[in-house]
Amino acid sequence: MYSEELLNDLRSKARLLRKDIITMIGKAGSGHPGGSLSSVEIVTALYFHELKLDPTDPAWEVRDRFILSKGHAAPLLYAALANRGFFPREEIWGLRKLGSILQGHPDRKSTPGVEMSTGSLGQGLAVSNGMAIAGKLSAANWRVYVLLGDGEVQEGMVWEAAMASSHYKLDNLTAFLDYNGLQIDGPVDEVMSPSPLADKWKAFGWNVLTIDGHDFESILDALQKARETKGKPTMIIAKTVKGKGISFMENNADWHGRAPSAEQVKQALAELEQV
Amino acid sequence: MEKIATRQAYGKALVELGQKNEDIVVLDADLAKSTMTIEFGKRFPQRFFDMGVAEQNLLGTAAGLAAGGKIPFASSFAVFATGRAYDQIRNSIAYPRLNVKIAATHAGITVGEDGASHQMLEDIALMRALPNMTVLVPADAVETRKAVFSAVEYEGPVYIRLGRPALPIIYDDSYCFRLGKASVLKEGDDVTIVSCGVMVSYTLEAAKKLQEEGISAHVINMSTIKPFDASSLIESVRKTGAVVTAEEHSIIGGLGSAVSEVISEQCPVPLFRIGVNDQFGESGPPQQLMDKYGLNIERIVEAAKMVLKKKHK
Ligand SMILES: Cc1ncc(C[n+]2csc(CCOP(=O)(O)OP(=O)(O)O)c2C)c(N)n1
Ligand SMILES: [Mg+2]
Repeated sequence: MYSEELLNDLRSKARLLRKDIITMIGKAGSGHPGGSLSSVEIVTALYFHELKLDPTDPAWEVRDRFILSKGHAAPLLYAALANRGFFPREEIWGLRKLGSILQGHPDRKSTPGVEMSTGSLGQGLAVSNGMAIAGKLSAANWRVYVLLGDGEVQEGMVWEAAMASSHYKLDNLTAFLDYNGLQIDGPVDEVMSPSPLADKWKAFGWNVLTIDGHDFESILDALQKARETKGKPTMIIAKTVKGKGISFMENNADWHGRAPSAEQVKQALAELEQV
Repeated sequence: MEKIATRQAYGKALVELGQKNEDIVVLDADLAKSTMTIEFGKRFPQRFFDMGVAEQNLLGTAAGLAAGGKIPFASSFAVFATGRAYDQIRNSIAYPRLNVKIAATHAGITVGEDGASHQMLEDIALMRALPNMTVLVPADAVETRKAVFSAVEYEGPVYIRLGRPALPIIYDDSYCFRLGKASVLKEGDDVTIVSCGVMVSYTLEAAKKLQEEGISAHVINMSTIKPFDASSLIESVRKTGAVVTAEEHSIIGGLGSAVSEVISEQCPVPLFRIGVNDQFGESGPPQQLMDKYGLNIERIVEAAKMVLKKKHK
């Protein structure tokens, strides 16, 4: 059981991140709102509850690692890092501008707290495996977390990595799959069906949990179970809504990679205010 | 002036070709709305295959379709089409010399805000190094349409490099694109400027500025990078005695390298390569990035004067 206080705090953080995402992408004039919004609760739970981090020392050796394999959700990662104190909040308004520390897709060299340069889909899980193995080799008990998209798992490399995570018994690795049902060209099941997802990951030797990806209690429970699972990695399949929280963006593939106009930003912020 | 993106022209050309030729099939990897293959997909859904986010599978499947007698066009962003799927292109397309047309969009730094991960600056180098591969970099919408049609007439693997931004129209419909032949856009005696793609319209502007200063530039659009039209280049350089190259690509391995290889072996003269200087790109508006990385009219003018000076030493 989690205290109402904790859950309410996470909910208000989630609302803040959603507002930041919308404002940031609106100001940038380009970016990916849909897949940033669908993963808000997952990333909020990680950065504001689960991860062992020190914002004043992003390179702290034994920190937990989070890799945003679906790198286009960078605005979400930046909002989380900024509000967690990794860099001044003002930086987020520079998103995608020339000279900004916030590149269109995450870059490890440019931004404090970003663990891996991503954006070319499908590569994050293999990198996470490497970090998890490094943790085991150095007998450091850091944990590695990675977030994948449901279109992203169409990349063959994801399954090469999935095989390796269980082969090397990486129980210090927890993956999330943002199961929002949409990719750019439409519903994932129409473009190139990855179903049945849970069975696939199970067959690859993973401990698989399926949850509501917008419900903090379920997310925290799943994270707890992942920590307790020994001898295999855990995949948390999080059922989500693409564009979650903004009525005109929800479940609409058109909002995958398009910036809202100033008017739409206003409307979106007003909606978030009412929650 | 009317501006059209080369990817736009590609999408239209595919529909035209699809009407004429039943063997044309098109494959994409979850970017159909950006590569513009969506137009073909809407018209000929039975001949359109979205492979999802899976570029290696995209190129491998295209190889199989070609082996089965079809003429596949496979599209994605240049970085993923040539980068992620390089070995599929090498071993399943170029080596068996299969009739696959790889039309990659969003090449170069004009991708803009998405940043370095999406700005492909090495694709010409990668594709040019492959035996059996033909490499085309059209400069505007008119040339794109003609290049796409020529790619179908030619039997064998072809890489067509396309871009994201709208570009000025350079050619009119009477233009005769010939695969493997350079297109001379302006005759001149003092300096040869060779460019491709986005840089061609800048080169024409630069040539005008040079003319105002009494320098006459010979402007070549090298839209076929491979097979390389060495004789057009040498003919011009024998006359001018100095050469500048300009491309929206790394200076390593692209047009500048191809020109240097020919010039250094066959008629050494002062030469300067304009391109991205062995660096990754970054996020920003395309125009600001072009200026920051020195891919603009002023830089071409400067480089032309520099090689001229060297020539007279
Ligand atoms: C290797 C690679 N291919 C293509 C792309 C272009 N791309 C960016 S996002 C995306 C769709 C991703 O869909 P999904 O994983 O479902 O993301 P989400 O719905 O969570 O935004 C594609 C194809 C890419 N970034 N990387
Ligand atoms: Mg999705």
